[in-house]
Amino acid sequence: MSGQSQRLNVVPTVTVLGVVKARLIGATRGHALLKKKSDALTVQFRQILKNIVSTKESMGDVMKKSSFALTEAKYVAGENIKHIVRENVSSAALKVRSHQENIAGVKLPKFAYFFDGETKNDLTGLARGGQQVQACRAEYVKAIELLVELATLQTSFLTLDDAIKTTNRRVNALESVVKPRLENTISYIKGELDELEREDFFRLKKIQGFKRREVERQREAAKAYAEEKVAEEMSLKRGISVSSAHNMLAAAQKDEDIIF
Amino acid sequence: MANKPQIRTNNSALIAMIADEDTITGFLLAGVGNVDLRRKTNYLIVDSKITVKQIEDAFKEFTSRDDIAIVLISQYVANMIRFLVDSYHKPIPAILEIPSKDHPYDAAHDSVLSRVKYLFNTESVASDRR
Repeated sequence: MSGQSQRLNVVPTVTVLGVVKARLIGATRGHALLKKKSDALTVQFRQILKNIVSTKESMGDVMKKSSFALTEAKYVAGENIKHIVRENVSSAALKVRSHQENIAGVKLPKFAYFFDGETKNDLTGLARGGQQVQACRAEYVKAIELLVELATLQTSFLTLDDAIKTTNRRVNALESVVKPRLENTISYIKGELDELEREDFFRLKKIQGFKRREVERQREAAKAYAEEKVAEEMSLKRGISVSSAHNMLAAAQKDEDIIF
Repeated sequence: MANKPQIRTNNSALIAMIADEDTITGFLLAGVGNVDLRRKTNYLIVDSKITVKQIEDAFKEFTSRDDIAIVLISQYVANMIRFLVDSYHKPIPAILEIPSKDHPYDAAHDSVLSRVKYLFNTESVASDRR
């Protein structure tokens, strides 16, 4: 896991900790939302899958029926009807309109067919076989209806497939990369802050010790001074100089003349 | 998402066809056919004289035109240019493989349907397990 040991490159301070925590909360919320979106899309996707299979299966029947209707028309109206039909093509009468449908933020196209103007084929087969020709036409319009529906489903299928893949990728990225990284960063900052605190504490202790030593030394110095003062007073009382008084005190041991 | 295909909202789009003569005739009768000012048609009749190259060109043209929403293609024609059909992934225009009169429809060849079937099977297996 490469994402496990990673963390953001940040300065470990309390402010940044707050920022990263806010980001982690945001990432968690985003993850939950994306998960919901993915679920909603999957539900839709399954429905479309079922519809596609059933529509594709019924497409075979409808196409068979329409082909048969065409054969009938050709039989009645003569083989050269196809030339008439092909000659009559000018602009499309049957067109497709597409609009979007929004499912959990994914735009799915929806097709609908409609008639735009009149076909010239209305009079085709007027001489003979007109009824069959019109029946055939109706059959093919029915086929188109089904095919347009199928196209809608298929397009939705592809779009949803893509959207689900992207959403899942995002969910996984948030779950296994972004969130661990933020968590690592938080623990790093916390550790670093603790370390700082310990250092501070140590420093305080050190200062305290230093101060205590200082006080001791001062006390010592005061004591020494007081002794000095006592010695001075003594010497003054005896009427000898400070130095000799010192000497008297100090040389008490090493004076050879004094035997006792 | 830079590679997300743009879905246009079109108020009137055409249905293009690449199929055999009878199928085309039927759909033309329904009023799908369109001929523009330059005498360009939105359909290609595949007969014995048509080469694979022509079919490829027509397929590429129909899928790149922005006034076409759906491309109907006979399955046996789609099999001729299977590599093109399989490498096509845009949602619009939608490619629909339709059965033709002389050739039975085989769902296994359909690029979308095979995927659908695959997902459907795994999903039904998964739902069985649950």
